Amino acid sequence: MATLIIILILVLFLGAILTGGYNKRFLERMQQSDLWSWITTVDHKRIGILYLISGGFFFAVAGLEALLIRIQLMVPNNAFIVGDTYNQLTTMHGTTMLFLVALPILFALMNFIVPLQIGARDVAFPFLNSLGYWLYVSGGLLLNLSWIFGGAPDAGWTNYATLALNDYSPGPGVNYYVLGLQISGIGTLISAINFITTIVNMRAPGMSYLRLPLFTWTTFVTSAIIMFAFPPLTAGLFMMMFDRIFGATFFSTAGGGNVTVWEHIFWIFGHPEVYLLILPAFGVFSEVIPTFSKKRLFGYHSMVFAVVLIGFLGFMVWLHHMFTVGLGPVANSIFAISTMAIAVPTGIKIFNWLFTMWGGRIRFTTAMLYAAGFIVTFVMGGVTGVMLATVPADLQFHDTYFVVAHFHYVIIGGTVMGMLAGFYYWWPKMFGRVLNEKLGKWSFWFFYLGIHLAFFPQHFLGLNGMPRRVFTFEANKGFETGNMVSTIGTFLMTIGVLILLYNVVWTLRKGKQADADPWDGRTLEWAVSSPPPVYNFAQTPRVRGLDAWWLEKVHGDGKLKPAEPLGLIHMPSPSHLPFIMAVGFFISGFGFVFHSWQVGALGLVVVFIMMYVRSFQEDHGYHLQPDELKGQGVDS
Amino acid sequence: MKRRLPAWWLLTIPGLLAGCVSRNNMSALDPQGPVGKSQLNLIYLSTGIMTFVVIVVAAIYIYVVLRYRERPGDEKKGIPEQVAGSKKLEILWTAIPVLLLIILAVPTISTTFTLDKKPDPEESIRVNVIGYQYWWGFEYPDHKVSTSNEVHIPVGKKVDFVMKSHDVIHAFWVPSLGGKQDLNPGRQDRIVLQADKPGVYEGKCAELCGASHALMNFRVIAHKPDDFDRWIASQRKPDSTPKTVQAREGRRLFNQNCIGCHAVRGGGFKVEGRTGPELTAFSERTRIAGILPNNEKNLKDWLRNPQGFKPGNRMPAFDHLTEKQLDALSVYLESLK
Repeated sequence: MATLIIILILVLFLGAILTGGYNKRFLERMQQSDLWSWITTVDHKRIGILYLISGGFFFAVAGLEALLIRIQLMVPNNAFIVGDTYNQLTTMHGTTMLFLVALPILFALMNFIVPLQIGARDVAFPFLNSLGYWLYVSGGLLLNLSWIFGGAPDAGWTNYATLALNDYSPGPGVNYYVLGLQISGIGTLISAINFITTIVNMRAPGMSYLRLPLFTWTTFVTSAIIMFAFPPLTAGLFMMMFDRIFGATFFSTAGGGNVTVWEHIFWIFGHPEVYLLILPAFGVFSEVIPTFSKKRLFGYHSMVFAVVLIGFLGFMVWLHHMFTVGLGPVANSIFAISTMAIAVPTGIKIFNWLFTMWGGRIRFTTAMLYAAGFIVTFVMGGVTGVMLATVPADLQFHDTYFVVAHFHYVIIGGTVMGMLAGFYYWWPKMFGRVLNEKLGKWSFWFFYLGIHLAFFPQHFLGLNGMPRRVFTFEANKGFETGNMVSTIGTFLMTIGVLILLYNVVWTLRKGKQADADPWDGRTLEWAVSSPPPVYNFAQTPRVRGLDAWWLEKVHGDGKLKPAEPLGLIHMPSPSHLPFIMAVGFFISGFGFVFHSWQVGALGLVVVFIMMYVRSFQEDHGYHLQPDELKGQGVDS
Repeated sequence: MKRRLPAWWLLTIPGLLAGCVSRNNMSALDPQGPVGKSQLNLIYLSTGIMTFVVIVVAAIYIYVVLRYRERPGDEKKGIPEQVAGSKKLEILWTAIPVLLLIILAVPTISTTFTLDKKPDPEESIRVNVIGYQYWWGFEYPDHKVSTSNEVHIPVGKKVDFVMKSHDVIHAFWVPSLGGKQDLNPGRQDRIVLQADKPGVYEGKCAELCGASHALMNFRVIAHKPDDFDRWIASQRKPDSTPKTVQAREGRRLFNQNCIGCHAVRGGGFKVEGRTGPELTAFSERTRIAGILPNNEKNLKDWLRNPQGFKPGNRMPAFDHLTEKQLDALSVYLESLK
């Protein structure tokens, strides 16, 4: 408690000193600073960029963890990082990558692009958008602070009881996992509700559901999955929190609890989680491939149908993570069939992409390279997924490096390559400059070669008997070559990422200025300037068909048809409440991690005060004059 | 944009790496019993179907990428035809995967049910397995015999492993005999395995169970039926009496330091500790703690610093014993038959 107050005062002092001394105008100066404007922003484009920055930061952290893991496994009987520390690394690598990197970077793209694609000026709830972002950051920071204060969680990203309970993980590590994920999970849920409302309510006139760009469709389905998948996680984390902090026995067999219940709850969340990671990537590819093939998406309707079906089936397959629990042949068979069934809609998508390219004119920009590289990589990961659904065979595959190979193939080959394709594709829109293509291609080839070198041999490591989550392996059992190749692959991937980073820095300084439509795009975001003005569209556009912008370019006069006259634009006001609420949650979480009721309650009090303030605050936003109106005698 | 990137050559990677398969006594690809064999059949079937799928996709992919990439001068040709879709094609690539999946699903389900059959108690032998952080206890309830970290079984006979966990979730996995089964705390689980040939088969814990999860090894030692009966008989009457002065001193030290956690049947001790691995007939074990070759030097090293070999295990270091005492203790342990 005392520490917290001291830190708070120190921060205030530092703030005052760095901004020119504390006097009456201190607050005023702070409110005009750039930092303040980013903290209080409710602009979906700026929040998108914030997601990108924090996602990138956590990507660096989790990537470093992966490197350390692979260095330990480079040679047999290595003693670089062993035992508990190694378990902390694997746990944090998985948890960070899934919760703090993959989804947030996808959120970055969704936040920036979806309102533009549907012809909206912002998301439905700009305040909640900001709150969702800050909760994610505070949860993520809380989780990662575990490295410094008390040790990271070490029970795997799946956090199975009873290993995760106090008896077998006595430190604060798992508390960080529980509270960090709880807080960032609230943020994720809020953002999902926001996306759904936005897509349902804020589409421009004429933008019917079956004219939505595929990326918006996948965002829609992903958000729906989050709505149904995160509540079980929230409930499970609460039970875990009560077991660990308040002495409940939901999962403790000594107190009559049941360990299998945690596995069910976790995977009822956990399997939809992986689909909600892959669907937005599918969305990105469904934008990138048509654009660079100069063709409309092949089988748009079946693509939409497949996305919805995958989202739906994703909830009916969780038991395939638990074939070895021994739940009986009937349960195992049913879930084997439902798992295999998902291959059908996924196959439809793959062939539709191939036939979008068929007959087109394919430009291999970096974004398209990622999309093209994705197809084969993802199919290789997808087919091992079907193999894993084959119950008797899965009894051999389960919890071995075969599984590690499988999910890295789909998550890196799918989600990460989707993220990177989207990154190169939309970067000009987001920052007004085009990323360097030459560097981009170098980065792609290093990364792509790295993926296959790192993960292809792992299939065989698993089949040869190497379990996952082991910090060492014996010599002369046939594991040496595979592990060495795998580590080399990881280094190649690292080089790829470093080139990408250099590319970003280079582009921000010297990159080519992007015009509004650098790729000859098809959807509405390419109709506005790069980067778009704060209000996106001076006039809400009228949408006349699928690929609305392409339609206007090819069949119209190359300009969007307005759906309203030019006029003042209503904008939401920035707010500092979300940030302070997130700070409150952070303090509360930190308190509970160390069993401190007082600090935990104090943080929640801050949250409740902010909610109170927000509830009674009259904020009607403000009106803005678009550039097009300036100089015409209209005042705001 | 001038030089084209050859996408096809990436396909050579799988071929280069396929050489990684090697033979050892813990490979799922080299099964030594009927369970592992039926599982391998499904691994092959699913791999076959899936390789076919990958090849078809890759073939279309390579054709598309090579045939339809933009060439200089293409800009003049105008915009490609905007095809909305094709019902026939889409039905085709819905139906064919469904067919392939049915081909895979039928044997999957039938094997799932076959493997789950409980064995006839007359024709099988029951072994109780108890998982501890980070070692394995084995009991033969029909023979009143128990051991740890190395389980002996007869060949050609179904072995009904009935499992419990003492602390956290472990998983019992002997790749060359068959797939794995979790040991869930608070539940009783079982797996039926069989070895066709005598030999030593490596087993591992396959579910993250703590710091030394990677080192929670065990061995399945399969004997011809006669040899197995002899082993059981020797276990029922273990030779646990010290014969030399030094060994007698070792027994005294064992009684002072070890007996709280470890049992030696027939050693004349008043207690039989059960929180650590049983050490009856220790000299016949192939390994110490499942990881070190069993010899006196390794045994003394282990006694001095168990945490150095197996981080997080429950055994304290016995570095307060003198060199002479450690010698005596290890001589005694290595005399147990």
